[in-house]
Amino acid sequence: MSSEYLFFAIATMVIANYLTRVFPFLFFIKHSPPKFVLFIENNFPPIIMTILIIYSLSSIDFKVAPYGAKEILAVMVTAILHFKFGNYLVSIFAGTIFYMLLVQVV
Amino acid sequence: MFHPREFKAALKVSVPVMMGYLVLGFAFGLLAVSSGFKWYIAIIMSLIIYAGALQFLAIGLLSLKSGYLDIFIASIMVNIRQSFYGLSLLKKFKKVIFKPYLIFALTDETYALLTTIKEPDSLKKKWYYLYLSVLNQSYWVTGTTLGAIFGLSVSFNTKGLDFSLTALFVVLAIEQYKKIKNYFPFLLGAVASLLGLVLVPRENMLLVSILLSLVAMFIFSKKFEK
Repeated sequence: MSSEYLFFAIATMVIANYLTRVFPFLFFIKHSPPKFVLFIENNFPPIIMTILIIYSLSSIDFKVAPYGAKEILAVMVTAILHFKFGNYLVSIFAGTIFYMLLVQVV
Repeated sequence: MFHPREFKAALKVSVPVMMGYLVLGFAFGLLAVSSGFKWYIAIIMSLIIYAGALQFLAIGLLSLKSGYLDIFIASIMVNIRQSFYGLSLLKKFKKVIFKPYLIFALTDETYALLTTIKEPDSLKKKWYYLYLSVLNQSYWVTGTTLGAIFGLSVSFNTKGLDFSLTALFVVLAIEQYKKIKNYFPFLLGAVASLLGLVLVPRENMLLVSILLSLVAMFIFSKKFEK
């Protein structure tokens, strides 16, 4: 991998990434956004969080054994811990350790 | 000019992200070095790209020597969800400092903290937002650095470590639920992403799920009224 390629490839990602983040600020900063935009603003966060959970698990093949059971179990453990204790650190840390044990030991 | 009260508030709020970013950043640094990248390339990426999913994807894209156009399109697609994030922050970001940086630093988690957790009114918001953004990126860069160093020296079984990303989103979703007390958006998001998963290849799933749920949102807009 030449350093020239590496430089331009990373620069491309920097630009693409920043474009996606700056987009609404370029288009809606002068005039207040239309009603439908405000509706998205208010209601999209819970939807995108749900999508991101499933997206982050999308490399799992649910057609072969154990049919994603380990992932579903680990998500449940994380969720139960979070409902019970409400502590981010406990939920994420314990959930991840639990999953690592599942995939490495079980 | 340093504002300890704002810094302390930001530090407290950012603790969960610290955990997630140190671990995931560590995983990224480790993965990058073990994939043959120089340690400093991993750190540079965390400094100037600063996007978890994209950086993990980048390891694959660069190793395959993908063309610039492919990289550009793939990057936009992976991050297109972020182009909705700013919408929720237009008002909050009206009077801030280092705005180009704050926009640059709008990762999933920083966005979630900014939209989910209500800061006390007595805080100087512009400093609080800046500290929160800088702190979050510093965790990501620190994690990457530690992971890269670790990857150069030791080897251990990291299988399953990437679940920390999922766990983070689970936690953030539950926080959203506590706020809105309405199960419908979650149901909609789940259905849209499962459809995306079934209908299109994995690399397009995120975009398709987002578009589907946007359309569905307007069809079922009454379900969102409280």
